[in-house]
Amino acid sequence: MRVRLLVGILIACLVPVGFWASAGAQAPKTLIIAIGADQTGLDPQTVQNNESGFVMSTIFDSLVSYKLGTSIPAPGLAESWTISRDGRVYTFKLRHGVSFHDGTPMNAHTVAEDLDRAINPSNPCYVLARKGVDTYDDFTFGSVKEGNVAKMEVVDDYTLRFTLPKPNAPFLSSLAMVWQGIMSPTATKKYNCDASQHPVGTGPFKFVEAVRNDHITVEANPAYWGGRPKVDRIIFQIVPESATRMLKLERNEVQILADVPPSDYARVTGNPQLRLYTQPGLTILYVAMSNDRGPFVDPRVRQAMNYAVDKEAINKGLYGGATTASQGIPPVLWGYNPAVKPYPYDPAKAKSLLQAAGYPNGFTTEMMVYANPRGYNPVGGAKLGEAVQGYLAKVGVNVKITQYEWGAYLNKIRHTEYEGFAICGWSGDNGDPDNFLGDLFEWDEAANHWRINNCSRHHNPAFDRLIRQGREVTDQAKRTQIYMEANRILHDDAPGIFINHTNQVRAARASVRGFVLNPLQMFFHMERVSLE
Amino acid sequence: MAAYIARRLVQLVPVLLGISVLVFVGMHIVPGDVAQMLAGEKGTAADVQRIRHQLGLDRPLYVQYGAFLLGAVRGDFGISLRTRQPVFWEIMQALPTTVELSCAALLFAVGAGLALGLLAARYPRTLLDAGAMTGVLVGVSMPVFWTGILLLLVFGGLLGWFPLGSMLDEGMRYHRITGMPLLDGLLTGDLAVVASNLRHLVLPAVALGATSMATIARMARSTMLEVLGLDYIRTARAKGLAEPSVVGRHALRNALLPVVTVVGLQLGLLLSGAVLTETIFALPGLGRLAITSVLARDYPVVQGVVIVGAGIFVLANLLVDVLYAYLDPRIRYQ
Repeated sequence: MRVRLLVGILIACLVPVGFWASAGAQAPKTLIIAIGADQTGLDPQTVQNNESGFVMSTIFDSLVSYKLGTSIPAPGLAESWTISRDGRVYTFKLRHGVSFHDGTPMNAHTVAEDLDRAINPSNPCYVLARKGVDTYDDFTFGSVKEGNVAKMEVVDDYTLRFTLPKPNAPFLSSLAMVWQGIMSPTATKKYNCDASQHPVGTGPFKFVEAVRNDHITVEANPAYWGGRPKVDRIIFQIVPESATRMLKLERNEVQILADVPPSDYARVTGNPQLRLYTQPGLTILYVAMSNDRGPFVDPRVRQAMNYAVDKEAINKGLYGGATTASQGIPPVLWGYNPAVKPYPYDPAKAKSLLQAAGYPNGFTTEMMVYANPRGYNPVGGAKLGEAVQGYLAKVGVNVKITQYEWGAYLNKIRHTEYEGFAICGWSGDNGDPDNFLGDLFEWDEAANHWRINNCSRHHNPAFDRLIRQGREVTDQAKRTQIYMEANRILHDDAPGIFINHTNQVRAARASVRGFVLNPLQMFFHMERVSLE
Repeated sequence: MAAYIARRLVQLVPVLLGISVLVFVGMHIVPGDVAQMLAGEKGTAADVQRIRHQLGLDRPLYVQYGAFLLGAVRGDFGISLRTRQPVFWEIMQALPTTVELSCAALLFAVGAGLALGLLAARYPRTLLDAGAMTGVLVGVSMPVFWTGILLLLVFGGLLGWFPLGSMLDEGMRYHRITGMPLLDGLLTGDLAVVASNLRHLVLPAVALGATSMATIARMARSTMLEVLGLDYIRTARAKGLAEPSVVGRHALRNALLPVVTVVGLQLGLLLSGAVLTETIFALPGLGRLAITSVLARDYPVVQGVVIVGAGIFVLANLLVDVLYAYLDPRIRYQ
């Protein structure tokens, strides 16, 4: 009888323990991010698709990372580095005690094994030999075909050295790109050179599953060297319709939207449970002019074109409030010159400049446009062309617009000496000013040709000298000064009508803390994000 | 009967062949260079050349088609240009979702359509009949994407009775056997998955099946009215049989015959309507795969999807014809 009573009391005592245990075992904290399309593979070196980048930025680390919220290089898997005086040799010291998610240790040998497939054609997994793959490997490390590929050397267990054929300061920014994330070489070998369906990195989150066209799940890596993630799981939910994404955010079925159409901005800002995150994107949009042909040879004409167009009105009306451009790089990029302001709308000034240049009655010219929207131009080329045409007509410049299919358009602006206007633009790759100013506005002295994406065929020797210098100098502060000066020159040169930088806009529940936008649009540093 | 079925199956081959030629030619006529698209905006001419060569796109069209055909007969539809995974695998990931959606839509269409049509026929020229047929007219007039968005916004967004798309609740995992969460949940005894999937299927099934339901309802009503007016029904009633027995046992089987044919035709519409429904409700099915692949000029996947879709359509119609023969003893195929 007493034994039974004792047993009964013991059991009764266990009941609250049971409740406590089940209360303590909380449901995993899950952060759900809604994206518009599926990834096309999760091996950083073999894919260039944005949605793939979103997911990969939580799974992988690169040698170099970007400082939070910026595109300035900071330590990543390499905790420090030295650059030789001639700017050609980069020696990286790797972190100790870091492992890939599959247990493979991260050190100079394993990192070199992964990067070898980027630069060594004899590597059985050489990336450029894989069918139909497009990669940033040649962008970062140079091209074997052109004989300017970087050399890699394992100095010791934790030291990796790269020797570049010429100094190239943007190399660090390129290494920080999500497309240079380090994949476990064990995984690459295990899956026959293609670990894109079974990604293994060193990042804050580990890959769990990817259900085609539905979702991708990653879970926290508790041993992450950057600190244990504050959420247990992230799910990238694929929802193709933007109206549905908005509804799901309002219902807290998803917590972050990777993109928000301008028509929904007010809906987010008007809702106290939601927060709109917005900053100018890493893009530029401008109406290029043929700097070496026609009336545009005279810089006064080019400046007149800038005064003639009301960019604020276009950016408000067509682009949902995009930031007006004043120079060759967006304000989020270091090297931006804040003292340089956009050309104001001043048709009178435009007319007087045209008169001074010898065109009192204006002139007639052509404009090439394309139809489809681009990342840096969401409304497409034709619409912008028409808007600009209207403003130019008011100062006596008559523009005839011709529309081309995208492939044909690219061919024309890159390989023909067209005369007139063309709609040009760019999305940044690595967050380095050279990626904008060099690619878009530099004249290749050695080849005596405009660089392929310099669609205005801009040629200013002082500017070109600064750009070359910017690649050779490795001190961050010095480079910033160089690019600020280059931007000033570019503003005055006015190779095109500077239009805007499209905004990067995301929306999130107010309960999401620690979420910071970065110019590269990727989901870096998600270990800092928590849910209230 | 067996000979008939065998003959119909053999006929499938030239049909699929013809379709594959049409799709192949069609995709290559459409403007847009897939190599340029894969290389992206920053791709140089050298990149585009390399990609074009690696994917075999610089070979003459008839060589490309021949290579595709040789692979297809072995079940190898090539690899997706977009994801570089086998086309067959991509299709198999998507197919179960479309099958589940189509079956749910068909179930709704046949169930609701028959019920409405039979009810209207039972009480002809009453308010019930008029109301049912008006509702049906509305159903057949609204395009599937409109119905879909309306249902999603009202029942999903406004009222919150149903989830806003997808097959399961966010983050819910299930053991994948067939790829259909409903079946897999039942097979593994995971009832939470079954319940979630059912909830998620309601709106898309109704959206997709609405037009078919309308057609079936009208067909059922008219055939039932016709049958109910026949002599043998009068005899049955005169014999003193209860009305449910007259309608349910004697009239129904004959009234169903034309409806069965209509159902077979509806399947084609369901497959095509699935493209829009899957996009609106974010369902990862064959329709979504088709759209994404066409937009990306992913030729191998488009070819694979169309051939699989055509095969399903032909086989489904064969099934319906066999069912028809089973229901009507007067019909015998040689």
